[in-house]
Amino acid sequence: MRGLLSAASPAISQGIYLSWGAVSIQLGNLIVIVVMLVLFILALVLPFPGGKSRK
Amino acid sequence: MSTVKEPTPATDPDVAGTSAHTWTGKSRGWFLNHLPPDKLLPEDQPSYVASWAYVFGMGAVAGLVFVIASGFVLALNGPQWYHVSSFGHFVNSMHLWSVELFFMFLVVHLWIKFWMAAWRGGRILTWITGMVSFLVSVVTAFTGYLLQTNFDSQWIAFQAKDALNAVGVGAWFNVANVGQIFMWHITLLPLAVGAVVALHVLLVRAHGVVPPLDAAETDAQLRETTPPKLARGRIDHE
Repeated sequence: MRGLLSAASPAISQGIYLSWGAVSIQLGNLIVIVVMLVLFILALVLPFPGGKSRK
Repeated sequence: MSTVKEPTPATDPDVAGTSAHTWTGKSRGWFLNHLPPDKLLPEDQPSYVASWAYVFGMGAVAGLVFVIASGFVLALNGPQWYHVSSFGHFVNSMHLWSVELFFMFLVVHLWIKFWMAAWRGGRILTWITGMVSFLVSVVTAFTGYLLQTNFDSQWIAFQAKDALNAVGVGAWFNVANVGQIFMWHITLLPLAVGAVVALHVLLVRAHGVVPPLDAAETDAQLRETTPPKLARGRIDHE
């Protein structure tokens, strides 16, 4: 039973938090936001492969 | 110059003829008018679609396909399997990470379409169904957090309980009742997300993908569907 419970409840930590004054954000959430912003900018500036040959 | 006029769905005798007085005939006519097969499954797209800006909507749909497929496997085997076995952990993690990708692509898609004013040209319902699918997806993902059945989910549930009680729905949508939330997560909310996303995709097919703000009036899609003068008006005024 103890083995079952320990397998079902992996160790939980609060994660890494970054703070600047009143602003506080978990590192994982910050990474997701930064990745989305990078994808947004890349989508605007990167050329699409094979784009010129299409109708 | 040919004088032969090809039948359109509205003049198609199969639609406009004897069968169109029944609800099945009228429905067929409506679908053929609004969703003709060449619009539902087009072979060509306008030149401006060859851009990364037009990739993220389908990226979100691909993420959703993985979410649903991994969710099926989780539902078939149950919590005692996916909380304990190695393969269960793997599928559970696949469910989580495909949701992460789904939301990232969805949000980038939303940003791009917002800055393109993608509701132009009679596409307001496409925009609204996109927003509704985002909101329903957030609720679905929230119930997924609650089903981790760990201290994180317990904390999230009882933070949300206060908010839901405050707006008066806490007794009906009870986040402290894991059985009820489980049913919402695996039946009602996936059906809602699937239905709204399907409607959104159908509307995109019916109205065509939105042209960029600076699309040329000679663009292939606009040239084929509307006279140049009308196409120019749509870009300038809507």
